[in-house]
Parts: sequence; structure tokens; C-alpha cells
Amino acid sequence: MGAQLRVYKRRIQAVTATKKITKAMEMIAASRIVKAQRKVAASKPYATELTRAVTAVATGSNAKHPLTTEVEAPTRAAVLLVTSDRGLAGGYSSNAIKAAERLRERLASEGKEVDTYIVGRKGVAYYGFRERKVEDSWTGFTDNPAYADAKRIAAPLIAAIQKDSAEGGVDELHIVFTEFVSMMTQNAVDDRMLPLSLDEVAEESARKGEILPLFDFEPSAEDVLDALLPRYVESRIYNALLQAAASEHAARRRAMKSATDNAGDLIKSLSRLANAARQAEITQEISEIVGGASALADATAGSDK
Amino acid sequence: MAAELHVELVAADRSVWSGEATLVVARTTSGDIGIMPGHQPLLGVLESGPVTIRTSEGGTVIAAVHGGFISFADNKLSLLAEIVELADEIDVQRAERALERAKAETDAAAERRAEIRLRAVAVR
Repeated sequence: MGAQLRVYKRRIQAVTATKKITKAMEMIAASRIVKAQRKVAASKPYATELTRAVTAVATGSNAKHPLTTEVEAPTRAAVLLVTSDRGLAGGYSSNAIKAAERLRERLASEGKEVDTYIVGRKGVAYYGFRERKVEDSWTGFTDNPAYADAKRIAAPLIAAIQKDSAEGGVDELHIVFTEFVSMMTQNAVDDRMLPLSLDEVAEESARKGEILPLFDFEPSAEDVLDALLPRYVESRIYNALLQAAASEHAARRRAMKSATDNAGDLIKSLSRLANAARQAEITQEISEIVGGASALADATAGSDK
Repeated sequence: MAAELHVELVAADRSVWSGEATLVVARTTSGDIGIMPGHQPLLGVLESGPVTIRTSEGGTVIAAVHGGFISFADNKLSLLAEIVELADEIDVQRAERALERAKAETDAAAERRAEIRLRAVAVR
């Protein structure tokens, strides 16, 4: 076998092995999207009921709570960034990081200091490499988050927002995550969790044509709100984590699908080249044989005379 | 037919039980509360403890609820909690083991959880 042909054969082998791996990853990701979507759907009843309850207390009572009132001049804001633990998911993590950078710039231009909290190894690595300050970070569960993870994340954030901003607390709480729109579309979005903008919530329920009844609060509106809001934050974070997980799998599936397609194309063009090389080799061999034979024939013809 | 109210028992990551009921008894921070159809709109904070739902078919559903909220409006009752376990789902032996372990490790939160589980089973 000619040297050229051997090189092509070896490359085809290597690409075929890669293709097998990317194909497997694509299929695993595809099956996980469905699971993740199911989890998002399963968490929905709790989230909607909780939002309804929060709206009911906030609109149905005159209770003033630090978590629903906007500070006159907010000076610090916390940003929770949700990225993935593992790579090979196309632009998934970098899109979320970029969205966080944009939010950070916007907040800075409004004169707010930004405290960063990160979920996922990719975000931690990005901030670590640039030696930026990270308040807190969590890793190891981004592809399958549990409610306990959301609780763990929410605890320091709620503690920070309940503290006065002069003592190192924050006035606002933002979250940056990748919203799962459909199998093909996932958007990195930023969202302000707290203080709760009640107008927005009220508008949403008004759009649904829902009239909120006058609730009787047990034990009191303030106590209910006190108990509700941390749960509300946890549920929002949980929902964001679940959507981010679904988006991560969708992004990985897409990235792996294009990798598989590219490997297929590469194999095709390489085997064309290999065929051409083999053909060239054969042609050369034939012409060598024919040339040799005719030279031999010429020689014997000459000696006969 | 007696009046009914619609009950949704919802945990953070799943919907546990839903159906029609004639009476729901739950423990709020200010005491046990029984809700029957036509109750006035209510929003309360739940204590950890068993919740009893008397279904319109005459059966009883008991669940261990670990913290959460109760909200009632328009004859619709929602029970929200981070963790909800139906009494039928609770493994008594496991709960007992968990209680012993929690006592040995003096883990107050885990001990309380296990106790509530056992209490819910006892009511059953």
C-alpha cells in the first residue's frame, strides 16, 4: 500500500471513532432533554400556585416588606449566573456568561456594585481565570438539579438581601440563566427576582382575567409574606436551574449533531481522496508493468535479429 | 350530594394528589384548621405535620407535609410544600430507622421529619 493511501486510511479511522463518540453523546443528550423537560413541567404547579399566593398577599394587603419595596437609591446588586459543569455544548455557557457581562455593565452604569454568584464549573473557570471576585459558587449538579440544590443556592442570596447594603448586603437580586423555549431555541436571559415588581405580577394575573379574592391571612399578612418570599425565591431559582439544565442538554445535542454531521462529511471527502489515491497507485502499477513488458519485448525483439 | 372543594396537594417538584374533598384539616402556625366548602378565602403558613383530606368518595387521604402554605379561594384549596409524602407512600420501617439515626446523630431537623412521617402513618 502506498504511503498516501495509508495516511488517508488512518485519518478515516480516527474520524470514524470520533463520530461514534459524538453520535452517542447526541443520543444521550436527546434522551435527557425529554427528562429535563418533564421535570420543568412537574415543577410548574408549585411555581404557579406560589406566584398566585405571593400576588395575593402583595396586592391584597398593605404590608410593606423589604423584599417587595424598592430602595430609593440601590447601591449593590447580586447576580446569580447559571452555567454548565461540562463543555461540549456549543455556545451554551459562553452565551450565559455574555448575558451576565451585559447585565453587569448595565448595573454598573446605573451606579450599582455587583456581587457575583455562580452555578456551574464553566462560569467558575471563566471568573477564576480572570481573577474576578466571586461571592459564592456551586458546582456538580447542573445537568440534573434537585430542589435541595436550589435551597442551598437561595440561602446566602436571601441572607444577603435581608442585610443592609451598608453592611455588605444587596438591594437587588438578578438571575442570568438560559431559558428553554423549544428544542431549537434557547435564550440566555436576565431577570430581576427581587425586589418583586408587583405591577408586573398584577398585570400578568389581570391578563388571565383572574380576580383575586380578599384573603384572610393566617397568622398575619406580614408573617405570611415573610414565609412566602424565601420559598418564592427558591422556587424561581429551582425553575431557572431546571430550564438551564434542559437548555444545556438541547445545546449539547445540537453541538454533537453538527459534530457528527461534520465527521460524516469529513469521512466522505477523505474516502474520495483515498479512492483517488488507490486508483492513481493502480494506474501507476499498470503503466509500470506495461512499460516493463514493452521494454522486455523490445529487448528480445532486438536480440532475435 | 354534599358540597365539594377541589384540592391540589403540590410538592416543589411534583403534583402529589388532586381531587374533590369535603373536609381538609391542616395545621397552621396558629393551630389546626379545618376547611369545608365555601370557606372564606384564606392564606396561611403551614406547620410541619399531617394533613387529612376527606375525599368526596368517603375515603381519607393523609399526607405528611414539611412546612409550606395553604391557600383557599373560589372553592379551590392549594396545599404547597417543599416536601409532601402520602401516608401510603411512607415506609414505616425506613422512617423508624431514620428516626433512630437522627436521634443518634442529634440531627433535630431530620428527627422532626421522621417523627412527622410516623405520625402521618399512625393517623392512617
